[in-house]
Amino acid sequence: MSGTENQMTGAEIVLQALKDNGVKHIFGYPGGAVLPIYDEIFQQEEIEHILVRHEQGAGHMAEGYARSTGKVGVMLVTSGPGATNAVTPLQDALMDSIPLVCISGQVPTPLIGSDAFQECDTVGITRPCTKHNWLVKDVNDLARIIHEAFRIAQSGRPGPVVVDIPKDVQFATGTYTPPSAVPSQKSYQPKMQGDLKKIEEAVELMKTARRPIIYSGGGVINSGPQASHFLRELVELTGFPITSTLMGLGAYPASGKNWLGMLGMHGTYEANMAMHDCDVMVCIGARFDDRITGRLNAFSPNSKKIHIDIDPSSINKNVRVDIPILGDVATVLEDMDRLWRAAAKTVDKARLEDWWSNIAKWRARNSLAYTPSDDVIMPQYAIQRLYELTKDRDTYITTEVGQHQMWAAQFFGFEQPNRWMTSGGLGTMGYGFPAAVGVQVAHPESLVIDIAGDASIQMCIQEMSCAVQYGLPVKIFILNNQYMGMVRQWQQLLHGNRLSHSYTEAMPDFVKLAEAYGGVGIRCEKPGELDEAIRQMIDTPQPVIFDCRVANLANCFPMIPSGKAHNEMLLPDEATDEAVANAIDAKGRQLV
Amino acid sequence: MSAHLQPTGSAYFIAKETELAETHTLSVLVDNEPGVLARVIGLFSGRGYNIESLTVSETEHEAHLSRITIVTRGTPHVLEQIKNQLERLVPVHRVVDLTVRAASLGHDRPIERELALVKVHGSGEHRVEALRLADAFRASVIDANIEHFVFEITGKPSKIEQFIAIMKPLGLIEVCRTGIAAMNRGPQGM
Repeated sequence: MSGTENQMTGAEIVLQALKDNGVKHIFGYPGGAVLPIYDEIFQQEEIEHILVRHEQGAGHMAEGYARSTGKVGVMLVTSGPGATNAVTPLQDALMDSIPLVCISGQVPTPLIGSDAFQECDTVGITRPCTKHNWLVKDVNDLARIIHEAFRIAQSGRPGPVVVDIPKDVQFATGTYTPPSAVPSQKSYQPKMQGDLKKIEEAVELMKTARRPIIYSGGGVINSGPQASHFLRELVELTGFPITSTLMGLGAYPASGKNWLGMLGMHGTYEANMAMHDCDVMVCIGARFDDRITGRLNAFSPNSKKIHIDIDPSSINKNVRVDIPILGDVATVLEDMDRLWRAAAKTVDKARLEDWWSNIAKWRARNSLAYTPSDDVIMPQYAIQRLYELTKDRDTYITTEVGQHQMWAAQFFGFEQPNRWMTSGGLGTMGYGFPAAVGVQVAHPESLVIDIAGDASIQMCIQEMSCAVQYGLPVKIFILNNQYMGMVRQWQQLLHGNRLSHSYTEAMPDFVKLAEAYGGVGIRCEKPGELDEAIRQMIDTPQPVIFDCRVANLANCFPMIPSGKAHNEMLLPDEATDEAVANAIDAKGRQLV
Repeated sequence: MSAHLQPTGSAYFIAKETELAETHTLSVLVDNEPGVLARVIGLFSGRGYNIESLTVSETEHEAHLSRITIVTRGTPHVLEQIKNQLERLVPVHRVVDLTVRAASLGHDRPIERELALVKVHGSGEHRVEALRLADAFRASVIDANIEHFVFEITGKPSKIEQFIAIMKPLGLIEVCRTGIAAMNRGPQGM
């Protein structure tokens, strides 16, 4: 620090503010408009910078880092193309409620708006894909804005924020204000405590329910480990069956006896049937997404609905609910568990017996069944083996987007929150691998696996170079069927099996590709060799690309075809070519 | 620590801004369609410029044209840049910097008028005083009971500022202002 106390350059303020907000790692890429900040990074050792190969990679790494730790992920990009490349992960983080702080360089203030080199209107471009953003024009505002950025990113419903800092502001000298000295904002005050009257009302309703279900989501994970704890307690206390969205997997353990599996478009038969037939639905930190509800006017038609969410705009957005409870999931569930315990004596547990025997019948339908094969590796089998061989280890799983993602959700059992990183809302192909790199940075000793498809992995494959540089032994497990499998599946369902551009004619040799980057490549084509190959992957201390050749034409079932209700699922044993071709009617074709 | 880096270490030429910021009033004639306001405003917010007043309404119904009046602060050079970039926007028909035009016509400033609703709560002496002052400012009473008045006042922004300031000690509750409507003096249109 030079001169008077707390006088620093803008670039020094950035580093100081990051340290004061507990940042240990940032993911970034240098460029002209952030050079002063990079110069400061060079001159300190507290914060480790991970050099990515593309800014999209930096964003997804920060997301994986945030999702697996519960901390804020930080990315640093330059102006212009650096900022525009950050847009995809920002929108991804917005839709999946991931706390992210993106610091971007901007051209010097007097040049803004003059079409300067590497200039873009960053605050304009990122306004709709962030929770909030700032253009900092005065160095004396910089510290306060960065502290606010961290508060906004992680409080309430978490999300991404952008702080755009012109280069002259990075050079200018101003006063550093520590986080404790920043007055809190008046306009943004998320409500944590739920309305006790509403919670009482909810408990009353739950006590008399004969066919109840808990439908939990990503909000439980975001609310922190306490929320999962109280959720498990609630399930134990009430004896209710529980299902979860894609984003909520792991909040309740997959081995738990009340677990019905994931719900929604590729959810289990028992979860979707129970949602359809229930009389009381307790939605906890989920948002009635269209992949979950199926046809809205046939969604759980005879149930009373309770909805716990911290975001007021999520309530009554898609589905009208009877008892909305606005507040933090952990805080509300703590109250709910307490009220239930107090009333436990008056609850007749036997009333749920018929409901559970119904569920047993649906379970017996075995909706995740597939035809095994001795000749080719079935993708579902590959995930099952991967799960069996890694479940006793300290494992984190990320995915790309497509069939492999759904199979991973169906066949990999998650016992803990924060172990499952996937792009749910935006559905970003290319998310999984950089996210896995971010997870590995946060958990260097753990086993981190990106379950990938052959198409998705090619969207951010360049980060192999980053993984090798930092010795991050991430495993990429590719279910390689040479197709964009989910696109092909929809073409079969919707477009008369005309497979327009969903087959990849020229596929890289993934083993050689791994070696070219300095990693290790493994290929497996036979079910009998799979276990050994997976063990070899786990035991390799470097980054691995595992090219798992799977049955090319396998499809992902069960499925709620678009425009259909939860009780109109297409089950694997019924999914003949004809049934697939006719599954979606003209109305459903309008939807996605 | 980084003092030696100051101006020379940049990949950009960082020149100190020497012009002083001025307040200008701009008139923008646009197609009345969704998104047009965001496009116009984006040129100001992208530069970190605050908008002090904004008025939008359809002024030509047949042609679906809206007139936007914006008051902002910036250096004359950047405001001219904004004006040129506004003219480049597809749904924008015409842009006039009324402040610059007024100067070229030899006027001090364009005609600027604003309407405000002012709610005052009080009794006794305060109430009488509020009514007397309203009369002096030619504000009219548009709602009242025995405890409150709502005044409607139009005029230059400075007159409205003054009226609000003197209502403050007399029980001012709330104020709503339309933002200014503006045009230049003389026979020509914008």
